[in-house]
Amino acid sequence: MSSISFDDLKAIMSRCIGELDGKEITEADLATPFTDIGYDSLAVLEIASQLQREYSLQIPDEAIEEMDSPKAVIDYVNANLAAV
Amino acid sequence: MTTSVVTGVGVVAPNGLDREAWWQATLDGKSGLGRIGRFDPSRYPVQIAGEAFGFDPADHAPQRLVSETDAMTQYAFGATNEALADAVVRPEDFSDLEMAVITANSSGGVEFGQRELQKLYADGPQAVGAYMSIAWFYAATTGQLSIRHGMRGPCGVLCSEQAGGLDVLAQARRVLAKGTRLVVSGGTDASLSPYGLVCQLATGRLSTRARPDRAFIPFDPEAGGYVPGEGGAILVVEDLDEARARGAERIYGEIAGYAATFDPRPGSGRPPGLRRAAELALADAGTLPDAVDVVFADGHGVPELDRAEAEALTALFGAEGVPVSVPKTMTGRLYAGGAPLDVAAALLALRDQVIPPSVNARPDPGYRLDLVTHSPRKARLRTALVLARGYGGFNAAVVVRSV
Repeated sequence: MSSISFDDLKAIMSRCIGELDGKEITEADLATPFTDIGYDSLAVLEIASQLQREYSLQIPDEAIEEMDSPKAVIDYVNANLAAV
Repeated sequence: MTTSVVTGVGVVAPNGLDREAWWQATLDGKSGLGRIGRFDPSRYPVQIAGEAFGFDPADHAPQRLVSETDAMTQYAFGATNEALADAVVRPEDFSDLEMAVITANSSGGVEFGQRELQKLYADGPQAVGAYMSIAWFYAATTGQLSIRHGMRGPCGVLCSEQAGGLDVLAQARRVLAKGTRLVVSGGTDASLSPYGLVCQLATGRLSTRARPDRAFIPFDPEAGGYVPGEGGAILVVEDLDEARARGAERIYGEIAGYAATFDPRPGSGRPPGLRRAAELALADAGTLPDAVDVVFADGHGVPELDRAEAEALTALFGAEGVPVSVPKTMTGRLYAGGAPLDVAAALLALRDQVIPPSVNARPDPGYRLDLVTHSPRKARLRTALVLARGYGGFNAAVVVRSV
């Protein structure tokens, strides 16, 4: 896989922590902070861990700390996949 | 001077998945013990357990919380929802710092932990989920309840094996006396994954019998250990005046007395501490033994522990001096959830003026106990004594009383 789409990330988020109380995440939430859409720091850690396995990436802890929204995750993953 | 009272009760038990279902099953003598169903137990020495079959965590919490918690915490989600609804508490009427969560825990989230450790061995560290870092901790249940219900007062967790479920009620009283307005207390445990079961075998106290009706028979001459179970009870505890002022619909009873003792080291020649715990709890409640209407015994089902408890009871109350009940013969021992469930039984006994039975046990006449065995007994009840012991020397006693 050479890039990640919003739908790819959504599938991983849903697998990590399940559906969010009936609310579906849409592309309008791309830049919304994770904490505002119900994902705490552990959930982000879990998402990052899944991404590392599925995309064979090494994501350092400092980079995970910077991933504050779905968009930040997608941008990071795509930048690093392109660099491979 | 605060008077700590219970205004809400929530239950998840092997013989009933909510308060009234469990209580009716208990009065009807319906046991929740059976052959272990989550995994094939044929290669394990223990065959019988009390499992909360049919409990669906998704009925009690959003999927997001279900996937990051162990069954022990999911039982607490269900029981807490029920207890808060029973107490007709509206958390928005309180400030977050006025409410606390204080639960007991003994097993930890062993099923969750086992699953993640198996991923570690099979697929490496990256395969372990991030929630492993919290889900199997003793404090996970208190933490999740605190976050979920916005209760940020003096929260805590107590781990004193099977006595902890009484120790938390004492801590609830302490924080109420210091000004907290409402405490969600009690405890739930879930110890029945293969790994969890193997951890318990080391005590040598578990029953290896294969018949559900003979596996856990406290005070019986054939007693041969106890059956583990899962679930527990959550109680809403408040100051009596506060509860009345906010219009609480039911005051189940007062946590009137409490004491804990620790057994002397083995071989010291000194007596075990259970009797002293009971005496101190009665003194704390300002009650003499003859005012106690019923005892919910620890009922370990291990012969030397049964004998020690029977001796403590006859020393305090005389031969057959008080009705004794062990309704946990129908659930197994729920670890940190067991004593809160016994307190729930005591409170519902006070409510309905009936003593639940201790089915399957045929008491040894030598113990000289008035054990309520096959069917419930109507009685005039105002004061109940609840006893609990935990492996390693823990003893605790609570007196509950009608107000």
